[in-house]
Amino acid sequence: MNFEFTEEQVMIQQAARDYAQRELIKDVIERDDNAIFPTEHVKALAELGFLGMLVSPEYDGGGMDTVSYVLAMEEISKVDASASVIMSVNNSLVCYGIEAYANEEQKQKYLKPLARGEKIGAFLLSEPEAGSDATSQRTTAEDKGDYYLLNGTKNWITNANSAGTYLVIAQTHPEKKHRGINCLIVDRHAEGVSLGPHENKMGMRSSDTHSVMFTDVKVPKADRIGEDGFGFKFAMKTLDGGRIGIASQALGIASGAFERSVQYAKERKAFGTEIINHQVIAFKLADMAVKIENARNLCLKAAWLKDQGKPYGLMSAMAKQYAADIAMEVTTEAVQIHGGYGYVKEYHVERLMREAKLTQIYEGTSEIQKIVISRSLLND
Amino acid sequence: MKILVCISNVPDTTTKIKLVNNNSGYDKTGVQWIINPWDELALTRALLLKEEQGSPITEISVINVGTKDTEPTLRKALAVGADDAIRVDAEAKDAYYVAAQIAEVVKNNGYDIVLCGIESSDYNGSAVGGMLSELLDVPSVSSVSGLFIEDGKVKLNREIDGGTQVLATETPFVAIVQKGIALDPRIPAMRGIMMARKKPLVVLPPADIEALTEYIDYEMPQAKSACKMIDEDNAGDMIRLLHEEAKAI
Repeated sequence: MNFEFTEEQVMIQQAARDYAQRELIKDVIERDDNAIFPTEHVKALAELGFLGMLVSPEYDGGGMDTVSYVLAMEEISKVDASASVIMSVNNSLVCYGIEAYANEEQKQKYLKPLARGEKIGAFLLSEPEAGSDATSQRTTAEDKGDYYLLNGTKNWITNANSAGTYLVIAQTHPEKKHRGINCLIVDRHAEGVSLGPHENKMGMRSSDTHSVMFTDVKVPKADRIGEDGFGFKFAMKTLDGGRIGIASQALGIASGAFERSVQYAKERKAFGTEIINHQVIAFKLADMAVKIENARNLCLKAAWLKDQGKPYGLMSAMAKQYAADIAMEVTTEAVQIHGGYGYVKEYHVERLMREAKLTQIYEGTSEIQKIVISRSLLND
Repeated sequence: MKILVCISNVPDTTTKIKLVNNNSGYDKTGVQWIINPWDELALTRALLLKEEQGSPITEISVINVGTKDTEPTLRKALAVGADDAIRVDAEAKDAYYVAAQIAEVVKNNGYDIVLCGIESSDYNGSAVGGMLSELLDVPSVSSVSGLFIEDGKVKLNREIDGGTQVLATETPFVAIVQKGIALDPRIPAMRGIMMARKKPLVVLPPADIEALTEYIDYEMPQAKSACKMIDEDNAGDMIRLLHEEAKAI
């Protein structure tokens, strides 16, 4: 066992912290208020290499390990989860999916600009009537010989408007159920692609979320990832890795709220002393600290397993379920510790609380994670 | 043109200092080490100069006098863009010792511009830059807040009371830089962090130099006493307390 980070991992953690604490913090409240996409920050994060940090240098990525990714995601998410979800979707869903399962030609064409952050990606799985039950895809990719004809609607798509490259999950052979599903690489600006209105969300308001409609969109066969019918397996495998990103995001939201709470509790006085000296507050902080440490260890273990090339699906499900649930608990307590100040935007913790809620829902709800965890117990 | 940036390895500026060993040193456990903030700004300015179109700068080196523990700090400098790093393998004993060690390296390698931060955020000595220029017998300019190269000529801005002084100087010289030389220190990109592994970090044995001073004792500043609030109706109490307790009047 070795709990020490390498020098490079520490350097990446610091770089992410510096960017978040120096730049993202400046306009995070305003962007959240007005649901403004962080265009300039995305550009800067791309230049620093965070948008493709997990991709191999061969495809213009940063070539960093998943442990570094957890550390960077935590630091960015402490300040701005809207920025970190853009980073997470691009890295661990879109880039990872293409790097792991696409062919060489597809990697050259699509992965390189995504890894450089010149384009960002979106992952289109959820539908109006297929969220947790991802097998019941109604979007169809009809086989027309040398192309697919794509029709249907996808919901809750992160980066929908700002992305250049979509990975779309669609049904080709309904009779084969989930074994008939394909994943297609689709240009956001292809003819027949249209967006629903910007979703007016509770939290992560500056990430751009829309529904996406496909009307007779022609997708060349060459843009299908893997064999015919590989799409569902592709989505599930990719989501295994994606969970590490969202788990680390939840961890960052929790630790961001915690750090602010500790600082506040050391400064705020009530009944003649700083409130951290009141046991009721001190014990809350102790509970928060333990939960965060547990979540961090789960995230890092899942990341380590992935870096070692070992199975990590179970650990990433545990990390995501636990980190998301404790993020909700910790941020709620953070607002409580701040009292009235916690309920106003200036102190950030109310926003972190709104952001925490989403981590229990997207990329597999906490309940779906429990299905993954319990099924692996049954199969043992 | 070659630039050398002198790098001090200092505790993160938010570190809580705890004195140990009869106040002869401080506890270094768990301390996060960083590039001295002024040196980091100097390095950022050097990088910006090198990146300018048609820049005469060909190489940026960084140097530190310190033990192996300081190498992560030098590698961070490489990650943000320095071309190579030099570590003089010795404990940094005092300002003279550090300046004299760096002077030896400068004499051997011939740099055109040597940049030092105006002070280091740990001991705030503000002495290395001045001593270094004296040992090298080259001009030095202190409090530099701007460094430009126009038609091969170096121009420096220096903050003076109520304004800015503009100076020209021949190379080689030592510039002792302060805040304003660059806006924000540069954050290393993934590519830089990756490349830092491959860039040279040369370790040199120290020259035979004696330190001129020795640190023997540190004292913590006295804790601030609590603030006393006096009711506006009792202004007389304030006069009495200022006289009797604070002994200010």
